[in-house]
Amino acid sequence: MQRTKTLFWRYGPLLTTISIFVVAYFVGSRMYPAMQKPQVFFNLFINNGSLLLVSIGMTMVILTGGGGIDLSVGGVLALTTAASAALLRDGMSPMLVIPLMMLMGVAIGAVLGSIIQYFKVQPFIVTLMGLYFARGMAYIISLTSVTISDPVYKKLALTPIYIPFLSKTYVYPPTLVAPIMLLVAFLLLTFTRFGRTIYAMGNNEQSALLMGLSVARTKIAVYAFSGLCSALAGIVFSMSLLAGYGQFATGMELDAIASVVMGGTSLAGGVGNVIGTLFGVLINGTIVSILQFNGTLSSWWTRIGVGLLTLVAIGLQSLFYIRQKHS
Amino acid sequence: MKNLTEFLRKFRESQLFWPLVAWALILMFNAIVEPGFFQLGIIDDPIYGKHLYGNLIDVFKNGAPLMLVAIGMTMVIATGGVDLSVGAVIAISAAMGAVLINPALGNELITNDILTRNATNTPLPIIILADLAAGTLCGLWNGLLVSRARIQPMVATLILMVAGRGIAQLITNGQIMTIYYTPYFWFGNGYILGLPVSIYIVGLILVLAWFLVRKTSIGLFIESVGINSKASFYSGIDEKNVKLLAYAFCGFCAAIAGLILSSYVHSADGNNNGLNYELDAILAVVMGGTLMTGGRFSLVASALGALVIWTFTVTIYTLGVPANALLAAKAVLVMLVIFLYSDYSRRLMSRISERRGSSHSAAN
Repeated sequence: MQRTKTLFWRYGPLLTTISIFVVAYFVGSRMYPAMQKPQVFFNLFINNGSLLLVSIGMTMVILTGGGGIDLSVGGVLALTTAASAALLRDGMSPMLVIPLMMLMGVAIGAVLGSIIQYFKVQPFIVTLMGLYFARGMAYIISLTSVTISDPVYKKLALTPIYIPFLSKTYVYPPTLVAPIMLLVAFLLLTFTRFGRTIYAMGNNEQSALLMGLSVARTKIAVYAFSGLCSALAGIVFSMSLLAGYGQFATGMELDAIASVVMGGTSLAGGVGNVIGTLFGVLINGTIVSILQFNGTLSSWWTRIGVGLLTLVAIGLQSLFYIRQKHS
Repeated sequence: MKNLTEFLRKFRESQLFWPLVAWALILMFNAIVEPGFFQLGIIDDPIYGKHLYGNLIDVFKNGAPLMLVAIGMTMVIATGGVDLSVGAVIAISAAMGAVLINPALGNELITNDILTRNATNTPLPIIILADLAAGTLCGLWNGLLVSRARIQPMVATLILMVAGRGIAQLITNGQIMTIYYTPYFWFGNGYILGLPVSIYIVGLILVLAWFLVRKTSIGLFIESVGINSKASFYSGIDEKNVKLLAYAFCGFCAAIAGLILSSYVHSADGNNNGLNYELDAILAVVMGGTLMTGGRFSLVASALGALVIWTFTVTIYTLGVPANALLAAKAVLVMLVIFLYSDYSRRLMSRISERRGSSHSAAN
């Protein structure tokens, strides 16, 4: 009994997020019966694949604590789309472009992480520089949108994969990237030394250091991982739009932070997980879906809705945290 | 001689030193590369009368909104918080102004002549008051979330940042509203005694804020809350209200910035007014030497930081770099700031000055 109680309070924030999502989806499907189709649910993954990828990286970074945050994600995403579109236009093979982009993401992340670790500068400022740098580079590559006409990209973007047991329900190959990364991140955080070091750092970096954990290496690796996630998000994004442009995904870093926060991850670090982030992203997607089904509500209600739900999620979660502290 | 070295040492240790060095470097670069940069001329404008023009004037005129936001942001950062919603508050304030001027409230159909006439629906003073009230209200909301609901500042202000632009679009009904009422343009485009009005507004706010934090004990309270809010609470400082005041003031400053910006571009656009201002303002504050963890702060240094950012921007434009590629150049600026402000370079600097000090004493 005592055990279930502790578990309940421990996973309370996560449960809150999941129930907010379920309630939002339920309300939506009551209002618009068309939302009951399973395809609408899978559309959440199709439409929010890149946001989910970016948010996974962001979760890892925020978990390291000490003001850890990665503002560069939207910029790296845009840079990836622009660079890959330009390379494909010049006739490079996609089999080469995709690994190259992933490498670029890792490199940018690792450089930012190293600056944060060795120069002891606020992550906020360093990753802000990353954002400016990446977006600026994207514009230097091309001031206008570059279309992608590569056959491999087109094929990947437009081949439906049917979900078994459900009729006429499908996703696209790029949609699968985000769930796979989610699984990877979850396993990394739960079962590896690397993941446990992240939590230890998030709770108290000094203690982690004194325990002999490799704080410096882990921190750089986390930012590199976030860079990798952003690059993958950029590849997914460019596949779904078949174009590359420096102006893609403006403000996505903030959507990602909002999703992470809604998912129950504490900005102070050390508390939270990627599963919550998944539901944070899904809540975001559900609001957009409901507005699309409504048709008369204007797009700005999305922002107000996301803001309000963030408030509700935080309000409920803080109740859990207060309770946890007292118990 | 001793007085001079003493003064120099004090100057080097003051928060104003680094932003001034950065500014001097950029200006020096301009002096070499673009000799016309410092040219000032007098132009006789048919609408605004005789006034000065030139790149330097433009820096002040266009940089005024960022300076204002940076001043407000300094207060918030000094309490150990951060306000991400300033860009959205700018948009809300701009939207308020445009809607109150515009005769077409809601979805009412109206002829183009009425829409574009040079008139207002609401008297100008009320518009200004409404703008400022809207911004202050936003700031109070942030402050309440931070001080009373105890939400982390970044998250608390994130809510308004996400929702705020939606609210701004809600106010203007999703449209980009063009303003045709000429007296409203005065804030962003007008001149007093040959200098842009926005400079006077910044000066006024700066003096007001300076008076508030240096001639009353509020400044001390803010610093102590920023260093340790719990200890401040136990020593009898009303830390909740100090935080509330800082956020409200920041909202107030952002509202003025919104007024100036919308007046300058003659329109209100919920999506783009004050875009990225939160990031630039934080950058300006950091450049001014205020730590993001709170504590000691300097309003003038932050305003100088904002000025550095704008001088840099204008410089890049005069070099003929396309506006979109400006971001890459800005990345270089931030990089420089990071290296200059890192512990490593600080240590290097103090070591150099120590060595020089010792060689001086050896010579004596």
